[in-house]
Amino acid sequence: MEKVLITNNVTKYFYEPEKFQVLKDISLAVNRGEFLSLVGKSGCGKSTLMYVLSTMDTDYEGELEIAGVRLTGKAQNELAPFRNMHIGFVFQFHYLLPEFTVLQNVMIPALKRGQVSRAETEERAYEKLKILGVEEQALKRSSKLSGGQQQRVAIARALINNPDIIMCDEPTGNLDSYNSQVVFDIFHQLTHTHKQTIIAVTHDEEFARKSDRVVEMSDGKIINGLHK
Amino acid sequence: MKSNGLKLSIEIARVHLFSKPKQTIIAMLGVTFGIGMFIALVGLMTGLNNFTEEITMTSSPDIHVYNDVTEPRKSILEKENPEGFNLVHHQKPKIESPKLRNVNKMVELIREDERVLGAAPTLSSQVFYNYGPVQLNGNILGVEILEENKLFGLRAKMKEGQIEDLLTNHDGIIMGKGLAKKLNAKKGDRVVITTPQGYTMTLKIVGIFQMGIGVVDNVRSYANISRVQTILQQDQSYITDVNVKLKNRHLSKTVAAELQGKFETRAEDWETANATFLTGVIIRNIITYAVSFTLLIVAGFGIYNILNMTIYNKMKDIAILKAMGFAGGDVKSIFMIQSLVIGLVGSFAGLIIGYTLSVLISKTPFNGGDIISLEHFPVNFDPRYYIIGIVFGVATTAIAGYMPSRKAAKIDPIEILRGQ
Repeated sequence: MEKVLITNNVTKYFYEPEKFQVLKDISLAVNRGEFLSLVGKSGCGKSTLMYVLSTMDTDYEGELEIAGVRLTGKAQNELAPFRNMHIGFVFQFHYLLPEFTVLQNVMIPALKRGQVSRAETEERAYEKLKILGVEEQALKRSSKLSGGQQQRVAIARALINNPDIIMCDEPTGNLDSYNSQVVFDIFHQLTHTHKQTIIAVTHDEEFARKSDRVVEMSDGKIINGLHK
Repeated sequence: MKSNGLKLSIEIARVHLFSKPKQTIIAMLGVTFGIGMFIALVGLMTGLNNFTEEITMTSSPDIHVYNDVTEPRKSILEKENPEGFNLVHHQKPKIESPKLRNVNKMVELIREDERVLGAAPTLSSQVFYNYGPVQLNGNILGVEILEENKLFGLRAKMKEGQIEDLLTNHDGIIMGKGLAKKLNAKKGDRVVITTPQGYTMTLKIVGIFQMGIGVVDNVRSYANISRVQTILQQDQSYITDVNVKLKNRHLSKTVAAELQGKFETRAEDWETANATFLTGVIIRNIITYAVSFTLLIVAGFGIYNILNMTIYNKMKDIAILKAMGFAGGDVKSIFMIQSLVIGLVGSFAGLIIGYTLSVLISKTPFNGGDIISLEHFPVNFDPRYYIIGIVFGVATTAIAGYMPSRKAAKIDPIEILRGQ
């Protein structure tokens, strides 16, 4: 199996209010097309680990490799274009830009990448919105949508650059059970039909149970789920 | 790739600016007001400066050559005993004639210099103008009227009569307008003058001039050199002053020094003679720039505040943009573009407002009274100040926008995205 993400002995400390080890020798390998849930009690370090994996946090020891590229030691200015191309994000809150339309929101990462023409970008954005079932909302302001629709638009935005991995931080944390189910089904479909890799930090037990692989953390260590 | 990022930054900046139009307009108005006032103030101040400079220059020569009898001189003791310790207390000047030696040759030599536009020998006398039983204090300048015209453009200042009338009229005078008014005299009238020596003479007014400055128009008359020599009871070689006009006024300091060395007499340049006037110009400029800078700094603080607020409100947007692959520089450019647009549009509107104000001021009636003849405020429309204005405006907004933009670039997205 192709490994899309590999970490080697990732260790991280918090220095405020006092020195504290949040991550202890995390070594993890994620296969392409895997739907992985990262679970554990509050404060176990799962979110911290996700931000290290997503390259936004560079203050750690150990090694990180995504899509065959070693990312440890790179500066934020190099990592930003890498994220743009290889990582999509879905958070607990949608974080759509409120002044822009749904379509514009989805297009922004692709425009930033600037690899294809504007017309093609727009076409691709419509395609993604269609997968998420919100293409009718395309020309509305993002702030005018319901919470479930907004989260789906956020997922469409995460998909626009065909990333290697989608990183999620509590993707269903702010949704009702119906919309949670919708989001889960979308993730499931993405991983199984589009070979999309997803790493989701979650508190939602049902969500975690149904995913392909559950990695459980406690006190900064992986205690379960290293193997499938 | 890079231009794509900039295009996207411009698009985001545009949406930000248009989504809060009220806030954007208020920020622009700050700049507009600052630049508008700068243009109006500078226009009026430099207009006044130019006007007074022009007036001063029409009545004072670039270089004034004369015999300075009050010039401190070395005592005999010092000449005899230069090495010694000499003390001469409160030495008085010796009796010396203010007459310049060998004037004709001197004038000829000065005129040969190609930097010189003209040199006019003159002499003047204090006189009393008799108006019935009243005696008015004044003076008479003995001139070669055609040369004087070349230096000071006298022909354009004539209100009545021709300057040539003086050549044909041996006892004619051309009188200042203010003085003529005081004497209730018109062209063709005769006036009686009394010299300081008590000598009385009747002269005929052949023309009336107006320089536009009270101190000249209210006391001065022009006469032929020989007439004034008669008034002073001096011989035909008696000339006390030579006025020199240069082609380039700003060379006067160097030329004056040369003349002083060459003719061993005092040669004073206009900058030294009009030091108080020049100080006035400098002070007016300082005030103008100080006021304009203050206005612009206030406008700059406004922009700083508004941008800071915008960035504070857009923390989440900035965090997600960074997560999606916007580098610090991209985020910075989004906000820098906003402040530069505010600066450019605001400054441009300021130029229009400033121009409008300047036009209004230049149309405002202003009575200069007897001191200066002025009907409207003089306003300078030099495009240079408009360029300075727009450069000022954009620079201030760029500086005011840079600090919040840099802060936005440094925002750590993790803190915002995970902290609920």
